[in-house]
Amino acid sequence: MRRAPVVAAHVALGGLAALTLLPFVWMVGASFMASGEATTLPLHLLPRAPTLAQYRALLTRLDLGRCLLNSAGIAAAVTLAAVVLDSMAGYAFAKLRFAGRDRVFRLLLAALVIPGQVAMLPLFLLLRALGLVDTYAGVVVPGLASVFGIVLVRQYALGIPDAVLDAARVDGAGELRIYRSVALALSAPILVTLALFTFMGAWNDFMWPLIVLADRDRYTLPVALASLAGEHVQDVELMTAGAVLTVLPVVVLFLVLQRHYVAGVLAGGMKE
Amino acid sequence: MQRLRLNPAWVLIAPALVAIGVFFFLPVVAALALSFTDFDVYTVGDPTRLRLVGLANYRHLLAEPRFWTALGNTTYFVLVGGSLSVAVALGVALLVEARAVRLKALFRTVFLLPVVTTLVAVAVVWRFLYQPRFGLLNALLGRIGLPPIDWLGDPRWAMPALILLAVWKNFGFDTLIFSAGLQSIPPQVDEAARLDGAGAWQRLRRVTLPLLAPTLAFVGLITMIGYFQLFAEPYVMTQGGPADRTLSVALLMYEEGFRWWNLGTGSAIAFVLFAIVLGLTLLELRLRRAARGGAR
Repeated sequence: MRRAPVVAAHVALGGLAALTLLPFVWMVGASFMASGEATTLPLHLLPRAPTLAQYRALLTRLDLGRCLLNSAGIAAAVTLAAVVLDSMAGYAFAKLRFAGRDRVFRLLLAALVIPGQVAMLPLFLLLRALGLVDTYAGVVVPGLASVFGIVLVRQYALGIPDAVLDAARVDGAGELRIYRSVALALSAPILVTLALFTFMGAWNDFMWPLIVLADRDRYTLPVALASLAGEHVQDVELMTAGAVLTVLPVVVLFLVLQRHYVAGVLAGGMKE
Repeated sequence: MQRLRLNPAWVLIAPALVAIGVFFFLPVVAALALSFTDFDVYTVGDPTRLRLVGLANYRHLLAEPRFWTALGNTTYFVLVGGSLSVAVALGVALLVEARAVRLKALFRTVFLLPVVTTLVAVAVVWRFLYQPRFGLLNALLGRIGLPPIDWLGDPRWAMPALILLAVWKNFGFDTLIFSAGLQSIPPQVDEAARLDGAGAWQRLRRVTLPLLAPTLAFVGLITMIGYFQLFAEPYVMTQGGPADRTLSVALLMYEEGFRWWNLGTGSAIAFVLFAIVLGLTLLELRLRRAARGGAR
């Protein structure tokens, strides 16, 4: 490449990166401002006298810490269940033989085309019959296992050499034992990816928790934030602090585990 | 007595299958059934009132102007927002993956940040950015001499505002997939075209883009499917307004189902959404098959 286009490409990318970051910069800046400062002209990105007042109000008066715990607990439960159930099923679909395996797997794949919203109305009636409406369990159960997770693990487990599994069989290990002590260990990288995706998905999920939760004490952060946003239309600084609290955990997770995130997107993107 | 011998494979897949079957497949089938009934707020209290009504819910929908509004808005969002997202993503990926570009890892990380953040949180933030008087966006427009826009209050601008947010939020995901597609093109191909005297623009049009076509089709499809499910942005930012201009199909389903408890109508809406997504997927599969057949 000649020099001018190279410079132009960097300028364009730098500009785009700045635009991409701008809403985050404004969000973080406003969250440390005193009430009313973010709407005072002329607009400024950085607080004149940084204060934790908004965060304090959120965590004490509005009890958002509780919602943070709700979100964390629900996302952790969904993640744990999905990693266990998806890894079991994904491994079995990849490495074990049983009648109907391919047919069942194709049926699962077909489910990927169905928008989740299609299931929500009857799912609500089902959970109502089970007494799970407005409970943590009601938020968790639809996420116990996922087709995406099963496909992800299966694809990875296909790469486990049969010789390794056969060696364990010769040593007299049962299939469940082999799953537990051989397959799980060999699939560790993809399980990290799966855990990351599941946790982020559950943390960021909005529509289902909105539907199933009624009591404020059980709200997840996004549901609480949406409800607060309706009441505190003018409280820019307070709401931005709430947004920071909501996105911070997933952003940190992403920055730490970015490699695994990318691997997951590409594993999903490469499927034909 | 012989002990029952269960194939251990079934022990491993049964928990996941049961979970997905009970909490996904069963409700989907039930939704189809519900869409042929008059399940409403009275049925919630007294299930014996439930009656089969055949296709009445669907007929009712087709005669309901708000349904067409929602479908039109959603299609607008999908077509304009989807194409914009894919186009921006492709342009950014081409730039980031260009050989001479430095700091690739940093750019990739920055562009993925909006993707991983909580949609509701950024929608709350963007609602303030769009604020006509003290919002950052109008301040920036003012800097370059443009008049302020009532982004979320003006019926003409509300949907473009949601689209702008969606493009910002999502393009990084598609960029990542395009980047992988670009990296899988062997550099020798580009080099050969260069030796044949092809300029940068020609190489892009005749070499890179055709090789990227399958990725483009895939990205286009998943972006469209995702965009058809538009819900949180209008729920948080506009409640479907002004004048229903940002009412989406999913938002209408939510209102019918969970605000008015018209579960029959709500399910019919959900199935129209499903039919559209399914139709798009089948169309994409067919196009891909045709493209493959043509290549042979």
